[in-house]
Amino acid sequence: MTMRSKFLAATVATLMTGAALPAMAVTLRYANQGDLKSLDPYTLNETTTIAHHGHVYEGLTKRGKDLKIEPGLAERWEISEDGLTWRLFLRKNVKFHNGNPFNADDVIFSATRVRAQGSNFQTRVPSGSEWVKVDDYTVDVKLKTPNPIMNAQWDTWYIMDKEWSEANNSVQPTPAAATTPSYASLNANGTGPFKIESHQPGVKTVFKPNKDWWGKAEHNLDEIVFTPIASDATRVAALLSGEVDVIEPVPLQDVQRVNSSANAKVQAGPELRTIFLGFDQTRDELLFSNVKGKNPFKDKRVREAFYKAIDIETIKSRVMRGMATPSALMIAPQLFAHSKDFERPKYDVEAAKKLLADAGYPNGFEVGMDCPNDRYVNDEAICQAVVGMLARVGVKVNLMAQPKAQYFAKVLKSGNYNTSFYLLGWTPGTFDSHNVLFDIQGCRDNPQSSRGESNLGNYCNKKHDELTDKILVESNKEKRDQMIKEAFKISTEDYAYIPLHQQALAWGVSNKVSLVQRADNQVLLYWAQKKE
Amino acid sequence: MFAFIIRRAFQAIGVLLAVGIISFAMFRFAGDPVNQIVSLDTPAAEREQVRRSLGLDDPVPVQFARYLSSAVRGEFGVSYQFRQPVSDLLAERMPATLELALCATLFAIGFGVLMGVYSGLKRDSFLAKVFQTVSLIGISLPTFLIGILLIYLFSVILGWLPSYGRGDTVRIGWWTTGFLTTSGLKALIMPSITLGLFQMTLIMRIVRAEMLEVLRTDYIKFARARGLTTRAIHFGHALKNTLVPVITIVGLQFGSVIAFAIITETVFQWPGMGLLFVQAVQNVDIPIMAAYLMLVALIFVVINLAVDILYTVVDPRLRTSIRQPA
Repeated sequence: MTMRSKFLAATVATLMTGAALPAMAVTLRYANQGDLKSLDPYTLNETTTIAHHGHVYEGLTKRGKDLKIEPGLAERWEISEDGLTWRLFLRKNVKFHNGNPFNADDVIFSATRVRAQGSNFQTRVPSGSEWVKVDDYTVDVKLKTPNPIMNAQWDTWYIMDKEWSEANNSVQPTPAAATTPSYASLNANGTGPFKIESHQPGVKTVFKPNKDWWGKAEHNLDEIVFTPIASDATRVAALLSGEVDVIEPVPLQDVQRVNSSANAKVQAGPELRTIFLGFDQTRDELLFSNVKGKNPFKDKRVREAFYKAIDIETIKSRVMRGMATPSALMIAPQLFAHSKDFERPKYDVEAAKKLLADAGYPNGFEVGMDCPNDRYVNDEAICQAVVGMLARVGVKVNLMAQPKAQYFAKVLKSGNYNTSFYLLGWTPGTFDSHNVLFDIQGCRDNPQSSRGESNLGNYCNKKHDELTDKILVESNKEKRDQMIKEAFKISTEDYAYIPLHQQALAWGVSNKVSLVQRADNQVLLYWAQKKE
Repeated sequence: MFAFIIRRAFQAIGVLLAVGIISFAMFRFAGDPVNQIVSLDTPAAEREQVRRSLGLDDPVPVQFARYLSSAVRGEFGVSYQFRQPVSDLLAERMPATLELALCATLFAIGFGVLMGVYSGLKRDSFLAKVFQTVSLIGISLPTFLIGILLIYLFSVILGWLPSYGRGDTVRIGWWTTGFLTTSGLKALIMPSITLGLFQMTLIMRIVRAEMLEVLRTDYIKFARARGLTTRAIHFGHALKNTLVPVITIVGLQFGSVIAFAIITETVFQWPGMGLLFVQAVQNVDIPIMAAYLMLVALIFVVINLAVDILYTVVDPRLRTSIRQPA
């Protein structure tokens, strides 16, 4: 290095550190396994992305620390007697980050944009609904059929500025196949508590507090720096060395080490996602089995035998190291009040063997199992444990564990449900049982309907589906809950699925930081406090 | 000479075409990109829209023709994950990878030559044996393990060096550099060592072997007889002659340093092209995968071509044979 370049380097270095660190600024550094790929809030319906957007954008409703629906950009709402009209009263004196006022036009614009082609959030707003401006701060929503849970997902349907979107050629949601880069995927203009200072996709995103936010800030941060760190070991090392304050997730094998370190601890809690096993109950002969000419999974006794052969406590203690809550239902207990009334059938190898013998398989049979190996916490290890447990009742399972890219291509509808026995996880996007009853447990027989599209094995019970349809339009909560309970009773008695557990959330948090952990796994730093 | 370059250029085009075909064939097995683009509970109708808009529902030959024609024009489309042109993404990530590869190579040459010379001259000394052991470790331990060990030692336990990322960077035109800030330089140390270790051991072994060879030759004996100082003999005559194969190796290996950076970049979350590629594979982001593979192939081809041309400059015997083809 010459003298001159040395001098230059020193000057630049001083300038950089000087500019980056104003005195006493509280910076929270956060690393996630996943990435913030697009800033357009209608591009990808995925937890990490949604949580990031939630710092910048806001919905008509919010969800509180306990996941209860709270007023957001809509201060309140009224539903007409017939349930067909919702009147929304919008919050006044709210400004977008660019200074534009928030009003009814923005809501109607967002309702159109979110339903447009290319949006991954089309189901947030009922497709036939009509959005009418009453005045600048009142909007009527006219529905074709009543929908008591219409606003259940509005907390993550973020409202965008009409004028800003029009001025920046972003009226259409950034489609998956954009041929030109979209402005809205690289820039953000919301009403939320934070603004985006800089965004380098896949590298670093910096958030600064929005001084003009309408609400009262519950954090003490001056800056949030987000970095994706995909490698587990590196992410944990960054937390332990104090280079980042918050990481998500902590891999199970590192929980102990983080907890025993002086800098950080693991904040754990139950997550809403239910992990379960499913069977192909629709084909006349299984694709991957040595049983020819018939499908053993059509026999309820075989499904029951599989269920009873699985020792869920061992999976919890050995595979999940205690970080799981065994589940009797296909929905997390936080999301359904009557979950307590259901219990898992007991683990019973003898009963399972007897059931198999009664069904005509005294020596068991062979079946192929599909399993992802990079999607859920210890997914492949769970499947291996299941293979071992089923071997004890004489069933030989040929495990095929694959990365999620290949796994989903095989088992989902696009792959023609190419599986006989599989492991999957599901969080109802609406936080409501209807989503599980419709998407996972509904019959697949009507190709026009999206019912049962994620019901990979096509469990089908018409009585269950009739109830599901009634549940959708029932607005009396107590009555509705009873009907949901009845529907779950039908599917549980049919042994439609083998629910395994809700995996635990594991966030690594520096001792200087306190966070609110919500069961939907959104890392929301607007509730974060950091001590210096 | 000119005809030689033209001939090599045609071969290079053949290589690139082959890489294009092979990589396109591999994408068929990478999984379904649509599943990575939309969430799990997306209705099938919406998925079909996405598939159509990406042109993934066209017959395979049509897709291949489209892929080739845009590749020839240097267009690799828009990344499925980031919704940005792939060329922009690669240009943004390239400085990080090139700076890392440069530092790793300099580290490998510097330490490799020093250690090689030393263990060639004093091959029975204790230090030479230590070097031999280190080189064995460097060759046998996988890169990601070395990276993680370094992170645990220097970041977690000692707290000296950052465990991930590039530190602060300075933008000069379109190039971002970590050379001008303290944190940027600190961030370069561990990834460079991790990436360069294998090359370093390779260079060290070559230099050692060459030194031993050269020291036995007649002209060294004559130099000694002339009464030259040991220093002049070792560094003026012996080392100079060992460097010819070293330069070849370094040149040829620079391509693999860039290609191997994938693992190092993943371990250190180094925001370079390799990390981009790994993320693209996980998410079946075909435009990025295609562009990266072609780019790496191009780098290899160019380096090989350059080395071939340099040979003719260095070695007069080659020049004659090229001028008079058989």
